[in-house]
Amino acid sequence: MKIHEYQAKEILRRYNVAIPEGKVAYSPEEAEKIAKELGTAVVVVKAQIHAGGRGKGGGVKLAKSPAEAKDLAKQILGMQLVTHQTGPEGREVKRILIEQGMNIARELYVGLVTDRGTGRNVFMVSTEGGMEIEKVAAETPEKIVKEYIDPAVGLQPYQIRNLAFALGLEGKQVKSATKFLSSLYQAFEGSDASLAEINPMVVTAEGEVLALDAKMNFDDNALFRHPDIVEYRDPDEEDPMELEAGKFDLNYIKLDGNVGCMVNGAGLAMGTMDIIKHYGGEPANFLDVGGVANAETVANGFRIIVSDPNVKAILINIFGGIVRCDRVAQGIIDALSSIDVKIPVVVRLAGTNAEEAAVLLNGSDLEFIVAENLDDAASKAVAAVKQ
Amino acid sequence: MSILVDKETRLIVQGFTGREGTFHATQMIDYGTRVVGGVTPGKGGQTHLDRPVFNTVKEAVEQEGANSSVIFVPPPYAADGILESIAAGIRLVVCITEGIPVQDMIKVNEVLHKSDTRLIGPNCPGIISPGKAKIGIMPGFIHQQGSIGIISRSGTLTYEAVAQVGAVGYGQSTSVGIGGDPIVGTSYIDLLSMFEDDEQTEAVIMIGEIGGTAEEEAADWAKKHFSKPIISFIAGQTAPPGRRMGHAGAIISGGKGTATEKMAALSEAGIHVVKNPAEIGMKVKQVLS
Repeated sequence: MKIHEYQAKEILRRYNVAIPEGKVAYSPEEAEKIAKELGTAVVVVKAQIHAGGRGKGGGVKLAKSPAEAKDLAKQILGMQLVTHQTGPEGREVKRILIEQGMNIARELYVGLVTDRGTGRNVFMVSTEGGMEIEKVAAETPEKIVKEYIDPAVGLQPYQIRNLAFALGLEGKQVKSATKFLSSLYQAFEGSDASLAEINPMVVTAEGEVLALDAKMNFDDNALFRHPDIVEYRDPDEEDPMELEAGKFDLNYIKLDGNVGCMVNGAGLAMGTMDIIKHYGGEPANFLDVGGVANAETVANGFRIIVSDPNVKAILINIFGGIVRCDRVAQGIIDALSSIDVKIPVVVRLAGTNAEEAAVLLNGSDLEFIVAENLDDAASKAVAAVKQ
Repeated sequence: MSILVDKETRLIVQGFTGREGTFHATQMIDYGTRVVGGVTPGKGGQTHLDRPVFNTVKEAVEQEGANSSVIFVPPPYAADGILESIAAGIRLVVCITEGIPVQDMIKVNEVLHKSDTRLIGPNCPGIISPGKAKIGIMPGFIHQQGSIGIISRSGTLTYEAVAQVGAVGYGQSTSVGIGGDPIVGTSYIDLLSMFEDDEQTEAVIMIGEIGGTAEEEAADWAKKHFSKPIISFIAGQTAPPGRRMGHAGAIISGGKGTATEKMAALSEAGIHVVKNPAEIGMKVKQVLS
């Protein structure tokens, strides 16, 4: 799960990670009021969307007075902000963060993720603050310093010192950074984050270390123990169809093609997308109906798929293990009787009770294209789109 | 032979009396797996499916000589279930549960590596040695005994491979689902090493997917240490970056973990990579004949 910068900073503040003073605004008037309250010579107006590169896209501006903050807020609120992460259509800005301006001496990078190879959390720092870490990793990997954290003992003081000195910090800055880094780790672990990225972490002219920007993502599997983080969900940032699918516990991801897919199991669902592409088609979606594919999940899956106007054919690929194919077949028949589906539907059912399922499908007066196997199913679905 | 599970297996089911545990315990018993009992805290002393229920794994080990465990415990408690089995000295733990928090698995991983326990999963269909025993949720009837070893991060895509292999006349020695999570107990390399020593296994199918670098590491290892043919398919060639494709571990992040990279690494190691998942069976036949 992703959240906004200002929300990440709210979490960090709770863990005593130093951040600039600031507040979220939804209108130019609020922006002006917050700027007045902050009372600093300069305030920063920052667009809040779930994508990086906001500064380059024109979503981050400096204001020298509350009146200017109001004017900038007017410009930014409601704009379609385009960054390298939003796609060409951009994302509408509905919230802005108004923050005190900082007297920045240095910009550094700090990130925390779980390393899959070692199965441990890893702290990464780099002197190349403000740059994308992927770019630094590709071009100058020696500039990234890492500390792997032993779960048995946790993050140790010497590791924090290693990181602080690797960043070239000195004097009072080291103390400030030590508190910052250990608090950040507590925030990461304590909130079951999958990513905590402070880019940049700044050193001010006064020697303070603060999080100028903050990005946090969370492990969906751990959200059950963080109801406060679930509250941060912003439906405006999610695809409406994916949101709808989520209500039915369907794992749906919208793609750009025109062959709709309904599959049980994530691996087979990806494999089905791949084989559609292999036969010259383009998958319209990823949809895993899960281990309990029944009449209801199939009907809901159909509704979601056909609500995408790009879809020109549907491929249903079910390999029944625990799932019984005859029940899925009945689900397909029921769904097609109640939903007006005007496009070709290719059905491939294999595994448990596949023969009974074939009898059901062949006996119904609805029109299906029945496929023998995976290859047959994919080629028939792609052919159906091209007709 | 076969690997991991056979007639010596004495299995307990953690989460025995729950809906999932009951259903799959019944299926495993019907398949011929020696299920010696189960664990449901608070229900110790009862009998379920004609077998004893224990409060703790330790009791099941002491009283029934259990050496393997399969876990159907819900995600918030599953990591604890794994740790309990490790502490009780269970040799093989298969965790079916999907949805365990990553930070929980980091702790499990640490304890696991200091123990003698082998963990398969979590978020996996389990293990089957056709004709002998199964520990998991896969449909037994699609499998047949034979010479192909299978290692996969997926469930139904593995069944697809099993069906294709069966259609061209081959059976399986052992089929193992290692799980779709970012941190799993057993890697491709661990299993390739076992299949290398297994006389029944003539070739291995490796089914991978986007995310992480486990396939690349396996390719590198196999090039030096594995003498039998490997046939491989990587799911997610058309997956968009930055999106979690169902499995918690199936995500291309920071441009890393793409199918293209994995397929290139596997091919470079002399592994037979198919781009089309419908060609797994045919490729096995072609390679072995």
